[in-house]
Amino acid sequence: MSEASHKPNDPDRLKAGGVSNGTAVNFRGGGFAPKPRRWVGFVVFAGLIAIAEWGTRSGWISALTLPRPSDVLDTFKQLYSSGLLFKHLVPSLSRLAVGAAAGVTAGVIVGVLIGLFSYFRAGLVPLVAAIFPIPKIALLPLFVIWFGIDEGSKYALIAFGTFTPTVVATYGAVDNVDRTLIRMGQSFGLSWFSIVRKIVLPGAMPGILSGLRISLAIAIILLVAAEMLGAEYGIGAYILEAGSLYDLERLFAGVVILSVLGVVVSAVIGAIERYLLGWRN
Amino acid sequence: MDIRLESISHHYDDFEVMRDITLDIADGQIVCIVGPSGCGKSTLLRFIGGLERPTSGRVLQLGEPPADCLNPLTYIFQDFALLPWRTVAGNVSLVLEDHGISGAEAKAIINDVLDRTRLTDFASALPKQLSGGMKQRVAIARALAVKPAVMLMDEPLSALDSQTRELLMDDLVDLWTRQPFTAVYVTHNLAEAVRLGHSIVVLSRRPGTIREIVHLDKPLADRHFGDADLDERQKYLWQLMRDEARAADAELIHV
Ligand SMILES: Nc1ncnc2c1ncn2[C@@H]1O[C@H](COP(=O)(O)OP(=O)(O)OP(=O)(O)O)[C@@H](O)[C@H]1O
Ligand SMILES: [Mg+2]
Repeated sequence: MSEASHKPNDPDRLKAGGVSNGTAVNFRGGGFAPKPRRWVGFVVFAGLIAIAEWGTRSGWISALTLPRPSDVLDTFKQLYSSGLLFKHLVPSLSRLAVGAAAGVTAGVIVGVLIGLFSYFRAGLVPLVAAIFPIPKIALLPLFVIWFGIDEGSKYALIAFGTFTPTVVATYGAVDNVDRTLIRMGQSFGLSWFSIVRKIVLPGAMPGILSGLRISLAIAIILLVAAEMLGAEYGIGAYILEAGSLYDLERLFAGVVILSVLGVVVSAVIGAIERYLLGWRN
Repeated sequence: MDIRLESISHHYDDFEVMRDITLDIADGQIVCIVGPSGCGKSTLLRFIGGLERPTSGRVLQLGEPPADCLNPLTYIFQDFALLPWRTVAGNVSLVLEDHGISGAEAKAIINDVLDRTRLTDFASALPKQLSGGMKQRVAIARALAVKPAVMLMDEPLSALDSQTRELLMDDLVDLWTRQPFTAVYVTHNLAEAVRLGHSIVVLSRRPGTIREIVHLDKPLADRHFGDADLDERQKYLWQLMRDEARAADAELIHV
């Protein structure tokens, strides 16, 4: 054996292919990193609808089990052309907007107070924990007495339902704000209010917004519940009426509206996140 | 403006951290503080910056800070402490906003400090786009913007790789040579101490007391990487600290 054959990176040996007779190292990395695949969602939706359509047409799904998707679409068109769609949608959306805005605003304020002050934390965290598991719908009669049968009780129900998850998400997010950033603010003589506005709130924003996704989904559920218990117009009232008549096409048209609402809300939050949290990625 | 520490002692509950530290920090000088891990260097710096109060003893400002000084005692942090959602210029402007400086006046200050730290081209970059060395230069620019009387630096270069550290030391020397500033510079790196310090305070292990103050007369601009006389000083410092450091290392962590 010559001295040269011991050199691990001898160019002549590498060129001659002298080291190519090993086995390749098994690849075992990758995964655990979901990537955006937008079209997959649409394919899943379209596939399920196509199966339902095909099943109801060929008869192995009876009309009593599931309405035919094309009939639901017709119902929806009628709803739109008769102008009833907006008669139901507008009050629902305004209830959702007012109730959720009130609940989320109050929730963020209380969450920040809990995050920053020991006494608020000691006093309110157990209270929030006690309120959180109450099914808010069970309190609707109470809200009707307190706020009246009209819009007031519906606003209150939605506000109350969005309040607790927002509080929990917000104070968790405030807890997670990097303390060295706050010390930095203090060391430059920033006022307390500036530190909260320019350091604590932006730092907590990712957590607050992911809490908002959950709060708003809860808001939609409560909206329908409130409207089922006493409203002339509204998506919940529409669904309740269809359900009591076993009119499955209209029931499903209403359900589709709710799903679309959920998707739209989630897309809006996504857009807000891209705008406010662009610094993250 | 000078700073005087008058017999500072401190303990957390019955855990004694430092004992009877008296020290003068003269205007326009860089004082390095070295000492074994846990001897109270960071705590001492927090006392000087007014972020914490010692159990006994006082920190005094002698004389008034210059009139245009916005934040006399200004920190530079080991982990940079930049707001990730603000651009480089936005991070500098953060510390001006509370002093009611905005618009053209703020812009002039921001441009000036970014120029002095050679960051002008990165004014609208976000921190995540910058290397560690550039992030620390942003933090230095931010500190310069408030025209500090004393800069308090807690291991400012410890999060950087050794090449970047050399470059930043040169930057600091440049900045000081063009316009001398007062600084208290905490480090565990003796090479940094002999390159940047006019005097080097060696603390003993906890409870921290001053073991020795080493003065270096060689001008900062003449000190270079690998200078024989600096190496000599560094060896001397290491020999002072060695046994203390070993004993400190063997102690149980206090939590
Ligand atoms: N808030 C605190 N409560 C209790 N003990 C503390 C507190 N802050 C610091 N200590 C303790 O005081 C001692 C000095 O801490 P300090 O951070 O000042 O040391 P240091 O010299 O900066 O150490 P290092 O070289 O590791 O940065 C340490 O033993 C630390 O555990
Ligand atoms: Mg320290």
